[in-house]
Amino acid sequence: MSERVAVRKTYKLFIGGKFPRSESGRSYLVQSSNVSLASRKDARDAVVAARAAVKGWAGATAYNRGQILYRAAEMLEGRREQFVALGIPGDEVDAAVDRWVWYAGWADKVAQVYGGANPVAGPYFNISAPEPTGVVAVVAPERPALLGLVSVIAPAIVTGNTVVVAASPTEPLAAVTLAEVLATSDLPGGVVNILTGAITETAPTLAAHMDVNAIDLTGVTDAALATDLEVKAAENLKRVLRPAPADHDWSVDPGLDRMTALLETKTVWHPKGV
Amino acid sequence: MFEYAPAPESRSVVDLKPSYGLFIDGTFVDPTDGGSFKSINPASEEVLAEVAEAGAQDVERAVRAARKAYDKVWGPMPGRDRAKYLYRIARLIQERSRELAVLESLDNGKPIRESRDVDLPLVAAHFFYYAGWADKLGHAGFGANPRPIGVAAQVIPWNFPLLMLAWKIAPALAAGNTVVLKPAETTPLTALLFAEICQQADLPAGVVNIVTGAGETGRALVEHPGVDKVAFTGSTDVGRAIARSVAGTRKKLTLELGGKAANIVFDDAPIDQAVEGIVNGIFFNQGHVCCAGSRLLVQENVADRVLESLKRRMAQLRVGDPLDKNTDIGAINSAAQLERIRELSDAGSAEGAERWSPPCDLPDRGFWFAPTIFTGVTQAHRIAREEIFGPVLSVLTFRTPAEAVEKANNTPYGLSAGIWTDKGSRILWMADRLRAGVVWANTFNKFDPTSPFGGYKESGYGREGGRHGLEGYLNV
Repeated sequence: MSERVAVRKTYKLFIGGKFPRSESGRSYLVQSSNVSLASRKDARDAVVAARAAVKGWAGATAYNRGQILYRAAEMLEGRREQFVALGIPGDEVDAAVDRWVWYAGWADKVAQVYGGANPVAGPYFNISAPEPTGVVAVVAPERPALLGLVSVIAPAIVTGNTVVVAASPTEPLAAVTLAEVLATSDLPGGVVNILTGAITETAPTLAAHMDVNAIDLTGVTDAALATDLEVKAAENLKRVLRPAPADHDWSVDPGLDRMTALLETKTVWHPKGV
Repeated sequence: MFEYAPAPESRSVVDLKPSYGLFIDGTFVDPTDGGSFKSINPASEEVLAEVAEAGAQDVERAVRAARKAYDKVWGPMPGRDRAKYLYRIARLIQERSRELAVLESLDNGKPIRESRDVDLPLVAAHFFYYAGWADKLGHAGFGANPRPIGVAAQVIPWNFPLLMLAWKIAPALAAGNTVVLKPAETTPLTALLFAEICQQADLPAGVVNIVTGAGETGRALVEHPGVDKVAFTGSTDVGRAIARSVAGTRKKLTLELGGKAANIVFDDAPIDQAVEGIVNGIFFNQGHVCCAGSRLLVQENVADRVLESLKRRMAQLRVGDPLDKNTDIGAINSAAQLERIRELSDAGSAEGAERWSPPCDLPDRGFWFAPTIFTGVTQAHRIAREEIFGPVLSVLTFRTPAEAVEKANNTPYGLSAGIWTDKGSRILWMADRLRAGVVWANTFNKFDPTSPFGGYKESGYGREGGRHGLEGYLNV
């Protein structure tokens, strides 16, 4: 009996809950596979998808968002071997699963920790609560390809933001496979969009895009490119998350910073009286 | 309108010097490479004092003084001692509040009623509030031992000169930073009086440095490599330029920029209260307020009633001498700002909106603009999109709550918003959907040191006030 011929996977982009090829028709050979080489147009399409998803995702209950992130942990756990087969160490997959679970729990707690009542000097009810900033562009760290990626996506979306992620250009297979995890996690299409290809092509488009509210430059290692992206981001005053390289120890407790950097604080006043 | 006898506040309480130097390292010094400029009273165009203009070398000196104070004195000082200095400053401000209020009205043009009853109480309260944080930072939710950032460069606007100074300096010092602050070129005088208060409080030299000057001084300060933190309040255009200039540095940046707030009146709102809120929203401080309710969105079925009542109320507003205790609307802060208000108002007429002002005698000298409303404004009009920063209200209408939300959010800004309705669930529904950092429901233009203030979108980032206000001054 002849050996079974394997069915190979095509690695494509993840935009609006679908897996399209790059509109440019281009791919590049990396990790022994042809991976979509996202164009500037793909980046813009991803922003449109991310914007369309904001209303539903930001408007979902925190409990609902928490369950969906937990569901992503369940799905990732079940696909552990797929990631190991891509060369991701088993303990990195475990850590990534645990990170989803950790952030899932924050969905309905961050507002209590980061917001609250303000004792103003007058007869007013006054309360501050965090809200998502909107569409966040994320340049994911080049490695660790899975844990780094999960560690930048989860804190952005758990509070109701939607993201367009520029995945690691050298190890993109984990990102596309993570997209398959998310596609089966009840995560609404467009909440996470993943672009593979060259950071130098997608990131400047995202940084300059007027319908992007914030940019996370974690994965940008070239100082000149980081500065250029920051300058572009200033045009519509995007919130810029720019951690020091020393902060990139993905094994430690992440703290609240990544969540709070992508939140707005809204304060509501109302008089008290009869 | 019935007559009022003049009720002028005496300016004898203010002892103005003919000229002022820069406040660097605890003393007033002459500029080394700068010049000087005059600060005038916008209500009379009289020169109040000559003020030093700091050049790049002066900024260098100030930053060095702040660095030394940070390294040697203020950084190592226990929080409880920093707190005591801030409490001292709060008390001195309370003790000298009359003097500060009169000087603020002289230099800025705002009515004494506001500088006395709003600005100064809030300034003192702000220092008192943040004083208490100085020895409690480990409990503020930013880790057990949060560290200050270092030297803060702070650039503030002319609309609330002393209040903006307090918003900047109080949290910075409480968190353990030292500061170099540049007041606006048209309103430097209360900041210089504040420098005297720092001396009176025996605040260690170099902890607070005040460099007066215009845009070039501000640029030199913000771009100085020895600065670790930049805080700016002012226009969105300048904020953008600052964001570009700090790109690629490790400077932490907070920006509080422009606004074009919607003040939304539903048909079930108590009309008289809403009209008071509309008037307060746009005519408070001559409309020189970044969070001013400059777009009135009124539900179509009550628009006529609201406008009629609003016009009647506007006819009662007293425009004139800022030092008269009966004055509601003082002077426009500068000739340049008056020109901008005129230009945008003319654009409003040219684009087809209908302009109305009550009969209003304006003084011959000084900079004045009558309270003005435009009706028939569409979202495309410049007066509905651009920040006028003057006593000019654009009136638009809506039919459904969803339309009100859509119109309110149809702006690149997102600083504040107002909602007037008797229905609680509608307030909460609206408040959830308005993309603005501060939402006033059945009130407007309320401020408190415990209450975080700051914008969404192009109104800037970071919050001032409250526990949140510490974050911009800590390494978190």
